[in-house]
Amino acid sequence: MATETHDAAGTAADAAPGMPQLDFSTWANQIFWLVVTLVVIYLVLSRVALPRIAAVLAERQGTITNDIAAAEDLKQKAVEAEAAYNQALADARSEANNIIAATKADIQKDLDVALAKADAEIAAQTAEGEKAIAAIREGALESVKAVAKDTAKELVAAMGGTADAKTITAAVTARMKG
Amino acid sequence: MATEAHGAEEGGLVFHPMDQFIVKPLFGGEHMGMFTFTNASLWMMLAIVAVIALMVFGTSRRARIPGRAQSVAELAYGFVYKMVEDVAGKDAVGFFPYIMTLFMFIVFSNFLGLLPMSFTPTSHFAVTVVLAMLVFLTVTIVGFVKNGTKFLGLFWVSSAPLALRPVLAIIEIISYFVRPVSHSIRLAGNVMAGHAVIKVFAGFAAIAVISPVSVLAITAMYGLEVLVSFIQAYVFTILTCVYLKDALHPSH
Amino acid sequence: MEGDLAHIGAGLAAIGSGAAAIGVGNVAGNFLAGALRNPSAAASQTATLFIGIAFAEALGIFSFLVALLLMFAV
Repeated sequence: MATETHDAAGTAADAAPGMPQLDFSTWANQIFWLVVTLVVIYLVLSRVALPRIAAVLAERQGTITNDIAAAEDLKQKAVEAEAAYNQALADARSEANNIIAATKADIQKDLDVALAKADAEIAAQTAEGEKAIAAIREGALESVKAVAKDTAKELVAAMGGTADAKTITAAVTARMKG
Repeated sequence: MATEAHGAEEGGLVFHPMDQFIVKPLFGGEHMGMFTFTNASLWMMLAIVAVIALMVFGTSRRARIPGRAQSVAELAYGFVYKMVEDVAGKDAVGFFPYIMTLFMFIVFSNFLGLLPMSFTPTSHFAVTVVLAMLVFLTVTIVGFVKNGTKFLGLFWVSSAPLALRPVLAIIEIISYFVRPVSHSIRLAGNVMAGHAVIKVFAGFAAIAVISPVSVLAITAMYGLEVLVSFIQAYVFTILTCVYLKDALHPSH
Repeated sequence: MEGDLAHIGAGLAAIGSGAAAIGVGNVAGNFLAGALRNPSAAASQTATLFIGIAFAEALGIFSFLVALLLMFAV
């Protein structure tokens, strides 16, 4: 450091009068120009630049606020739309349930009618069949009676006797009841 | 140090670290009156031009989505505005254009002074003393106008024991009057020191062996100086805000 | 002879720069220690940090100024 400072001082002392900052003959000049500079900057800033920037910032703030409000609005609308959609969905679902129930009821009714009809038909056919069976059974009984009468007459004749029809019929009838 | 001494002996190093601060007339003659256009005036005018370019032409489009220049201008505006509001209080917003003027002038003087071959107005006590005295007078006058004699309460520490108060009052008064001194010397000293150190390193570049180290050192110092340029402007502005707060709310 | 004494004085005054460096380091280090304990409060105190650094540094600049005065003005 010592060498450096020595060297610096040695040469600087020859070239310049010490510190230029302490050369008071330049102060008036500098102060004059400084005041000019400050006044110009102050006027430019306070008259033009700062109000403009303030306006731009305020406008941007306003725009942002508006945009946020609009976004809030749109969000509200979206929520409403979702609610409407859900409502519509629920409506459609209940409508579908109604339709299903009605259709089921219709089908049930048709089914019931068809079942009743089928039952009735079956019952009729069963009755007819029973009647036919009864008739056949009646017919068979008559046949058995005639066959028995004939057989009885033949038997009596074969034994050499004669028998009138009246007696044989009475006997066969008594036997069949027995 | 050994190499330096060695070099000084061999090459006869020439240091003129303070020559860059010499104020000289630019147009004709050696005579320097009050209105002579000097290199100091030139760089102050360039600072005005830079401020106008950034703050007026940069924002001329008034874009809702700012471009580069407008972003920087808005950043500077917001930076200083927030500083005034936070440090000095909401009622100090009226002083915002004044503080903004100080900040923009110091910032642009410092940054323009970092250009090679340039002149830095803020490295001169003539400039910084005027700036500091402006702040000092503003603060004192505002303090007395707004608070009347209550402004003197700034020096009377009512929270201290009664016996200590006169001593503290003397200390407070001294520190109050030292404010403009430290305020101005801090700015000029920082800027001057950085420039002088860069110049000294540049002097070593005359020795071929040391010159790479010298260039590296200059680069590092230059980076530091960029930082210091901004920080000193910031510190000057924020101290102005602190003093202004004292003037507006002198309660201790 | 007088100039040599002034140079010695300038070198002594330069010690003040180192002292200011210690001071600035103290301020920044304590700020960092506090900031790490309570990081949420750190951002609001950066202005105070810079003011503290500025005050500490100003005194170093004073010693630098004394050195300059001894070198160039005496």
